[in-house]
Amino acid sequence: MHELAVTESILSIVIKHAAKNQVKKVLSISLKIGELTDLVDEWMQRYFNYLSKDTIAEGAMLNIERSPVVFQCVDCNKSFPVSLKESGKIVCSHCNSTKVTLVSGREFFIKHIEVV
Amino acid sequence: MMADIRLIEIKEDILSDNKNLADEIREVLRRHHVFLLNLMASPGGGKTSLIVQTVRELKDVFRIGVIEGDIDSVVDAERVSREGVPAVQLKTGGFCHLDASMIDMALKEMDLGNLDLIMIENIGNLVCPAEFDTGAIKNVMILSVPEGDDKPLKYPLMFSICDVLLVNKIDYLSVADFDMNALKDRVFNLNPKIKIFVISCKTGEGIQMWIRWLTEEMNIYIRSCRV
Repeated sequence: MHELAVTESILSIVIKHAAKNQVKKVLSISLKIGELTDLVDEWMQRYFNYLSKDTIAEGAMLNIERSPVVFQCVDCNKSFPVSLKESGKIVCSHCNSTKVTLVSGREFFIKHIEVV
Repeated sequence: MMADIRLIEIKEDILSDNKNLADEIREVLRRHHVFLLNLMASPGGGKTSLIVQTVRELKDVFRIGVIEGDIDSVVDAERVSREGVPAVQLKTGGFCHLDASMIDMALKEMDLGNLDLIMIENIGNLVCPAEFDTGAIKNVMILSVPEGDDKPLKYPLMFSICDVLLVNKIDYLSVADFDMNALKDRVFNLNPKIKIFVISCKTGEGIQMWIRWLTEEMNIYIRSCRV
């Protein structure tokens, strides 16, 4: 839903790094985004194409890697991945406790860019 | 000839600018001993009503201000201003959330030296506002009974990041198919530390529990600012 705001940040970070590295053109941008963030890949690419017009990142491909939602058990301290689409209740896969806290799944970062 | 393709490592958080600004906002507020509360809910969940109730209960105890985020109207700001507290309306023109830079702008319009509590009425939406740190000290969400007890399954991030859940409109419980125990189970499962208060802004039921929590948190915060 907020792809536009996020895409604007991606573009400005990419342009900043490209300028520092005397880049002629940005070919692709690799992103790591947690499953818990409600972003649609296709819309990010569409917004990016629109926003990046006439910049050195024009038309760059967004390669989006999704990182899983991981919870940690309060009782046994172990971590386990959770598929939120199928889960009714989140239960520790090691000790069956339901006392859990979210540890990852909210990532939102640019890994690297491919440039010429 | 093919130009050489290079790989540049970036490893930068896309939202780091927002997080850094949110930390700066907390720093500024701390210097002024101002408590910032971020209130989130669906449209019609009862954000404005809760703000109005809270102002009525606390305006003789604390100096209160309100930041209204709304897509494109001033209805809520007008309703809040009638309670006699300063309200700044942010017109976000279609944005789905408030971020730290918008709050920063609103705070510049406010007299921080003469305020103890600022409440943010975030955009009505259970998705986007959960992603963006506003600089608030505490995050509070409202879920109203007509929305259903299954919402934690659909919007897990929102329920995970909040310090308090207010279950509003409990005057609808008798006509709604709403399982309060199932809701609490689902919420505590996602966020064992969250506080849940069951309220009705209409009848006033449960409001005192919320006011007590807020007053205690504010006192703890204000004491911590003095150290």
